[in-house]
Amino acid sequence: MGARVNTAAAGTANWVDERTSIGGFVKFFARKLFPDHWSFMLGEIALYSFIVLLLSGVFLTAFFVPSMTIVTYDGPLATMQGVEMSEAFASTLHMSFEVPGGLLMRQIHHWSALLFTAAIVTHMARVFFTGAFRKPRELNWLVGFTLMILSLAAGFSGYSLPDDVLSGNGLRIIEGVTRSIPIVGEYISYWIFGGEFPGEILIPRLFTMHILLVPGLILVLIALHLFLVFLHKHTQYPGGGRKHTNVVGLPLFPVYTAKAGGFFFVVFGIVALVAAVFTINPVWNYGPYDPSPVSAGTQPDWYILFVDGALRLMPGWLFDVIPMEWEIWGYTLSWNLLIPALILPGLFFGFLALYPWIEAWATGDRGEKHVLDRPRNAPVRTGIGVALITFYVVLVMEGSNDIIANLFHLSLNDLTYFFRIGIFVLPVLAFWITRRICFGLQRKDRELVLHGKETGRIVRHEHGEYVEVHEPLTDQERWLLVSYDDIAPLEIEDEYNDRGVRRKGYRWDRFKKWLSHLYFEKRISPVTPEELEAAKHEHH
Amino acid sequence: MNALARHRYHRAAPVVLVLLLLALIAGVAAAVSTASSAEATTATADDVTEGQKLFAANCASCHGLDAQGTDGVAPSLVGVGAAAVDFQVGTGRMPMQASGPQARAKAPQFSQEEISQLAAFVASLGAGPAIPTEEQVDPALGDPANGMELFRTNCAMCHGSVGGGGALTQGKYAPNLWETTPTHIYEAMLTGPQSMPVFNDANIDPEGKRDIIAYLKAQDEGSPGGLRLGTIGPVAEGMWGWLVALGLIIASTVWIGSRSS
Repeated sequence: MGARVNTAAAGTANWVDERTSIGGFVKFFARKLFPDHWSFMLGEIALYSFIVLLLSGVFLTAFFVPSMTIVTYDGPLATMQGVEMSEAFASTLHMSFEVPGGLLMRQIHHWSALLFTAAIVTHMARVFFTGAFRKPRELNWLVGFTLMILSLAAGFSGYSLPDDVLSGNGLRIIEGVTRSIPIVGEYISYWIFGGEFPGEILIPRLFTMHILLVPGLILVLIALHLFLVFLHKHTQYPGGGRKHTNVVGLPLFPVYTAKAGGFFFVVFGIVALVAAVFTINPVWNYGPYDPSPVSAGTQPDWYILFVDGALRLMPGWLFDVIPMEWEIWGYTLSWNLLIPALILPGLFFGFLALYPWIEAWATGDRGEKHVLDRPRNAPVRTGIGVALITFYVVLVMEGSNDIIANLFHLSLNDLTYFFRIGIFVLPVLAFWITRRICFGLQRKDRELVLHGKETGRIVRHEHGEYVEVHEPLTDQERWLLVSYDDIAPLEIEDEYNDRGVRRKGYRWDRFKKWLSHLYFEKRISPVTPEELEAAKHEHH
Repeated sequence: MNALARHRYHRAAPVVLVLLLLALIAGVAAAVSTASSAEATTATADDVTEGQKLFAANCASCHGLDAQGTDGVAPSLVGVGAAAVDFQVGTGRMPMQASGPQARAKAPQFSQEEISQLAAFVASLGAGPAIPTEEQVDPALGDPANGMELFRTNCAMCHGSVGGGGALTQGKYAPNLWETTPTHIYEAMLTGPQSMPVFNDANIDPEGKRDIIAYLKAQDEGSPGGLRLGTIGPVAEGMWGWLVALGLIIASTVWIGSRSS
């Protein structure tokens, strides 16, 4: 039997190869090497939850009606009987309560959307903290960044489709933010909604965006993202024998095809389990959209929560003196919307997108990097990363301020005052503490390399001295602790040459010097072979 | 068993005794329950006197012996009606446990009989809303769909879309309504306790109030989607997505990664 199957498989493969010459590609891909580490699977979670999104999404499109035509509900839900609603909302109720398995599919779709965005952010954090965005991967960082933004667009457009009160309020905020853009805001808002909010064409437009445009772009960019991973080869963690010029790992086939294939089902299984047990987006609680009601606990899904938080954080009056809404020649300029909802996310995301270039300027290091940094060995980068996360988390907490106030019996107002100060203070504090911890860990590494591991064995010498026996590190362990770049801060030429003529490009150089000093003025250098030798002689 | 004993104890004696005991219990229970229901519906002059005594002992230190209130401490109770007393004392909010942003609900400090006496006394001070009848608050008679529309227009901005509760300013809050009895919900709408506005009969008519009660009681059935995570909304969903879904999956990546080939 086995032999017959093998012959049949070989025959089929040969038949296909003779007509497509695909054998070469298969061989190439099958032998592609990948290093092994759990954190390299975070991007896979995003990919697999996207596949789950596509599968469950196809099911949902079979029942969803993207129409804002008003109908009267007649179905099994007593709390909606005879209520007027859009067809979009009615069809969402229909698929939830009358289509077998429909509610489960909706919940799988929504949970995997939350997981998709969360996995992207986690993957991005891994890439950031290990320095995997450095040359030659800056472009792929941008592709990944764009995928992250697209995932927000996919999530938000899908969240708004059921046309319920909760998501309708989210759209109302989007409308307000759009209109705050100077001069063109009004036009853009009219263009998006086809007239006054909410209009009658928004749901069909969002539907096209959600099921065609955004997922199409995501698919193309995922293909590009993975192609670039193949082209650049995968990065690897530092260790004995791992260099910027090689890849130490296992072949795609059979090791990773098996692991990845199995992992897809792990992700799908966990999403299905969570979706079967926990309610998500119970639109039947919120009711069909009506612009008048706003219920307590109205928040967007987590990935947009930071914008909501920024809006809640922003004072209408600065220090109760300076109004944040100006009127200029009869036109209103709403800084209270522009700053939190557009300028702040713009700066945040802009910094994130440009970070590979910022760091390259700062370090002046132009070499190809295929071995990752341990986060402690890049203290400033790690500090910046933790500061960015802290900044983001403060906004998310402020976005949930009413929930936090209610759950923990706190004053909503006090929370907002705390976060208004915290948004400036906490990221700086987080940067400083993280950098300290990194320095501490690096010093501990130096200590380990120089003096070895403490064994807990105390020996008494003949002359009465007690010493603890230290066990020297193995070569592999030492390699991990000493092989990182030691970059001295940049020194630049003087502003004026010996004839007193001002040099061109001095200001840019001065900026780069400032950046370089920020990164490297304080640093812990790795142990050099001479130091190691000296330490050995120091001991007996 | 000897002959004397056999003579004394009839074989049916245990059964007869049990039946007698049951009849006694049932009789007493019936007598007690008819007595209490009679008291709940009618307020006698006796009740007012008893209520006044209870008031003087338990409420007057803040509200004043004449129930006219004390400036900056407690409001006048003249004209708040029996419904306000039944709500405030019946949910344990009064007597107030401690001063704070708002009086918290706790286990009631008085029996229903004493609450009725207090209510009768306060009602005797001036005309105010009365305690609603059983029929007025019966969720089975209400229309939950109309209740949904009324609730989300009038109540959801503070109590949340299905009455799960929400935060107000300066540590005040709109409580969760799932454990509140239909009578207390109705009385709260009538009297507007603490930060809550009054929803009088011109604003939401009595049928509308009953519809709202029907909508809230429809929440007892739970969520068709599974556990409802406190019905807090996207914040809770996001937190569970990160902690449970992503947490479990990352745990499995560590597990798969540790089984290095």
